[in-house]
Amino acid sequence: MLAKRIIPCLDVDNGRVVKGIRFVSLTDAGDPVAQAKRYDLEGADELTFLDITASSDRRDIVAELVRRVADEVFIPFTVGGGLRSVEDIRAVLRSGADKITLNTAAVEDPDLISACAETFGSQCVVVAIDARRREQGGWEVYTHGGRHAVGWDAIEWAMRAESLGAGEILLTSMDCDGTRNGYDIELTRAVSTSVRIPVIASGGAGKVEHFFDALTAGGASAVLAASLFHFGELSIGEVKNYLRGRGLEVR
Amino acid sequence: MSIAIIDYGVGNLRSVEKAFEATGCEASISSDESFLRRAERLVLPGVGAFAACMRALQERGFDRLVRERASAGTPVMGVCVGMQLLFEESEEFGATRGLGLLKGRVRKFEGDLVVPQVGWNRIHQKRPHALFEGIGNGAFCYFVHSFYCEPKDGGVVAGETEYGQRYASVVAQGNVCGVQFHPEKSQDVGLRMLKNFAGA
Repeated sequence: MLAKRIIPCLDVDNGRVVKGIRFVSLTDAGDPVAQAKRYDLEGADELTFLDITASSDRRDIVAELVRRVADEVFIPFTVGGGLRSVEDIRAVLRSGADKITLNTAAVEDPDLISACAETFGSQCVVVAIDARRREQGGWEVYTHGGRHAVGWDAIEWAMRAESLGAGEILLTSMDCDGTRNGYDIELTRAVSTSVRIPVIASGGAGKVEHFFDALTAGGASAVLAASLFHFGELSIGEVKNYLRGRGLEVR
Repeated sequence: MSIAIIDYGVGNLRSVEKAFEATGCEASISSDESFLRRAERLVLPGVGAFAACMRALQERGFDRLVRERASAGTPVMGVCVGMQLLFEESEEFGATRGLGLLKGRVRKFEGDLVVPQVGWNRIHQKRPHALFEGIGNGAFCYFVHSFYCEPKDGGVVAGETEYGQRYASVVAQGNVCGVQFHPEKSQDVGLRMLKNFAGA
């Protein structure tokens, strides 16, 4: 059976981890390779790096980071944040990333999804959707880190992204993100039942039960969490033991 | 021991090279025909669409090269789409011919399944094989694929994986073998399998 995936997310700025796990034993907690190795040891199934570098030579900085991680860590990893063009993406993939995420750039130019899928294969194109609940029902797509409302329906956008060649959907609930009250199960379910590609649930994890709910009731193939692991409140091992105890296949 | 990772313009091969390196084996990414003809072992990677991979191989004349070297007894390992290319044909976009080193075809996952299959799944060993040396039955490896191989002769199946059905995830016949998962992304288990292929 295919195992459910647990994916920690690390924020990086200028090639340094600014939000990763706080391992006491790490002499250099900002080193992406050290962080990646520790998460790997903990049993992470994949890693996601969210790059927040705001610099003109960001492409080179990110490529160097990716190269260092790829040389030493033998589990899949994804890089997202600020990728705007096929050339940006080529640089990241060439350096050794397995997948990239597209968010704002894909909304501004949906054809970028198909261009990437045709050039590099769907397997490496993850479309990230930030969605917020609407008063009248449904969920709306946001871009620019949640600052701009796009006016699109999140479920329709997920379906369109799939038809354009996305290989996976990384779905973040803006309502739940940071609350620790659990993933938005209704949103996750609405998207996972509308597309055939894997959905990664994100935003809101606070305790082990939340992971279970997203993977069962929510129909997600994978769950992503950042701050929960970052602050060491839960380890990946603890999450996996719980899921295993409740009968889910985990690695 | 010289291992060549065949570079035919498809996908990123750096992690395969680094994974071999991590096991203490030397492997080189190469598109140089004379090196590919000299190398003691060949790794045929592959990512994306079967037809595009096949076309890229043919454009460089590497389809013939792989066939010739395989029939001369050189160990060849196909990885992911590279494994699929070893078979006779794929039903992706109509029918596309493969290398035909193994009998059988490549089919799409049908039914009520999330496709592509993305993530870690178990390898159930069907028979002992050198590739499995030091690897427990049911070990997890990392997969990303929408198509799977259906060998004509069940005897070539060395390992199986469950996804909607049981399908061949490791095949081996003589000097030719293939793995559907990505050993270079499958941590210790994958690295061990690469090391086993290298015969180190």
